[in-house]
Amino acid sequence: MSDKATNEASLKGDWALWEVFIRTRGGLSHRHVGSVHAPDAELALKHARDTYTRRMEGVSIWVAASTSISASDPAHADAFFEPAADKVYRHPTFYNIPKNIKHI
Amino acid sequence: MYTTELQKVSALDNSLSADPPELVAAFEARVAADAFIEPKDWMPQAYRRTLVRQISQHAHSEIVGTLPEGNWITRAPSLRRKAVLLAKVQDECGHGLYLYCAAETLGTSREQMIEALHSGKAKYSTIFNYPTLTWADMGAIGWLVDGAAIMNQVPLQRTSYGPYARAMVRICKEESFHQRQGYEIMMTLANGSAAQKRMAQDALNRWWWPSIMMFGPPDDNSPNSAQSMRWRIKRESNDDLRQRFIDVTVPQALALGLTLPDPELKWNEARDHYDYGPIDWEEFYAVVRGEGQVAKERMSARVKAWEDGAWVREAAAAHAVKKAKRNAA
Amino acid sequence: MIDQPLFHYALRLGDDSLILGQRLSEWCGHAAALEVDLSLTNIGLDLIGQATSALGYAGDLEGAGRDADGLAFHRDALDYENCLLVEQPNGDFGQTIARQFLFSNWHWLFLSALAASKDATLAAMAAKSVKEVSYHVEFANDWMVRLGDGTPESHQRLSAGLDWNWRFVEELFIGDDVDNEMVQRGIGVDKASLRAAYDARIIDVLNDANLPVPKKHRAITGGRRGHHSEHLGHLLSQMQFLQRAYPGASW
Ligand SMILES: [Fe+2]
Ligand SMILES: [Fe+2]
Repeated sequence: MSDKATNEASLKGDWALWEVFIRTRGGLSHRHVGSVHAPDAELALKHARDTYTRRMEGVSIWVAASTSISASDPAHADAFFEPAADKVYRHPTFYNIPKNIKHI
Repeated sequence: MYTTELQKVSALDNSLSADPPELVAAFEARVAADAFIEPKDWMPQAYRRTLVRQISQHAHSEIVGTLPEGNWITRAPSLRRKAVLLAKVQDECGHGLYLYCAAETLGTSREQMIEALHSGKAKYSTIFNYPTLTWADMGAIGWLVDGAAIMNQVPLQRTSYGPYARAMVRICKEESFHQRQGYEIMMTLANGSAAQKRMAQDALNRWWWPSIMMFGPPDDNSPNSAQSMRWRIKRESNDDLRQRFIDVTVPQALALGLTLPDPELKWNEARDHYDYGPIDWEEFYAVVRGEGQVAKERMSARVKAWEDGAWVREAAAAHAVKKAKRNAA
Repeated sequence: MIDQPLFHYALRLGDDSLILGQRLSEWCGHAAALEVDLSLTNIGLDLIGQATSALGYAGDLEGAGRDADGLAFHRDALDYENCLLVEQPNGDFGQTIARQFLFSNWHWLFLSALAASKDATLAAMAAKSVKEVSYHVEFANDWMVRLGDGTPESHQRLSAGLDWNWRFVEELFIGDDVDNEMVQRGIGVDKASLRAAYDARIIDVLNDANLPVPKKHRAITGGRRGHHSEHLGHLLSQMQFLQRAYPGASW
């Protein structure tokens, strides 16, 4: 895990920000639930546990330094996501299979 | 309310003039179409500023709000009540935390917001500047203050700013037991000994008007409401929410066998609402200005916690740096 | 016939958790960061839950109509049987962490052993609590290292906190007649036998925290027989205020 969020400049004042992802049940993927402040990953995990799983909401936690997350640019959302809109062939319902063919 | 605009905002601050009109138009169209605005999306400066002010004021209210109830945790009268109150106040700490994080996505650090609170620049709900004098106040706060807060917060789950809306969803889920535990305390006291009943009535007398005031000044006195409504930062008017609160709460009070401290309170068949007496806005604005009875106690407690905690935060961060260096070596 | 030793054994288990839970609840809303508030409160809630079960069981064993609240709110200090360590004042965060560290490490060893008790109720309570206390240990150990290693100020404050609480560690390992009988009947834990494991655990953490292992302190005891510090009376006067001021009322 990266401790990139930690640097000497942040010694005074508040701790760095971490994003928290929780797996609510076995078999599901981790989902973003919020953030916590912590000086390093170890404490960020504890803080995430104490903040976001008080009502038995999770079986596994990931934390990532907020600064190490790269996000797509919403200004380019069209270029990013619209090309997928006409690629219906990626969906199984695009194909006509006769009703009497089973297990496909 | 936690989210009522309590700060005077200059017209310049709220103007859209600095922003490119075509972007503003596109933004307004998205909001009008019920789309969510996310942190990296373009947004008008005034939208960002208003949100930071509102969300941080909401967060401050949650945090300062831990103090009046925290005042009774060590004196809770049974183990069950102690655990419930502790869990409730812990939830409020969590709410403050979620909200500060939501505001941070707008580019203001939690530390800056806390400093604004401590310097008196930022406001928080007036309700927490009243003292908690007896155990019945734990009942009245849960029932009335959380009740009023829930009424205000439920519509905000669909507010236009994504991180704020998501924080509100989590908060509303957690709030669900807060009001019930408060009402349960009131019920127990109202059905208890004469001394307990007196305590309950006294708490209701003291908390009723401040709770009504939580919804903020009348609509004709809330200058920024129209813009906030258009932006889905505010979803319902102060007076509408206040009326709804009174309408649902009065029967609850009567069911307790308690009386409300408003001689003009009367069901109005024609309006299908309760009529209520005049609200002392003089008092409200005085408390907003920081003249509430325990405003100084509340602020000094928060400042003390933050300053006493400085060496702890610093130590943990220093250790993290040292450990990272050791691991790298 | 009341099983006196078992009653006192359950009572002590409950009293340790209750008094420490009460102490931790004093922090609520005043910690160094919101995250720390949430952590301390979680631990406090665990302890109050443990106390409710253990005191409830003690009340059943006593059979005198006292439930957990009856025992928690209507005994004076002479009848409280918690160890002296848990009633020590919070002080600063360093002192609170030192107390948590010294107690939770013992608590974990004690409960782990108690989970094998021949008394099914105690065994079940211990098995449940030990999971909670594992986290208390992790939390306290982590903060010991952070504060010990962090800055000169935090190191100094933690040392002072450790120094304050260290006096009361010996008591945790000293058994009395109640302990002896409980051990003989296969119900209780031989406390002296926990000492080696305890020392190993805490020395490890103290090393990581750059703190010297304190010299063994003369045993200060009394908690288990109702002879407490001056602090407990004040804690009880606050905790029991409403129950005392309004006798017979229900809440
Ligand atoms: Fe809240
Ligand atoms: Fe609440």
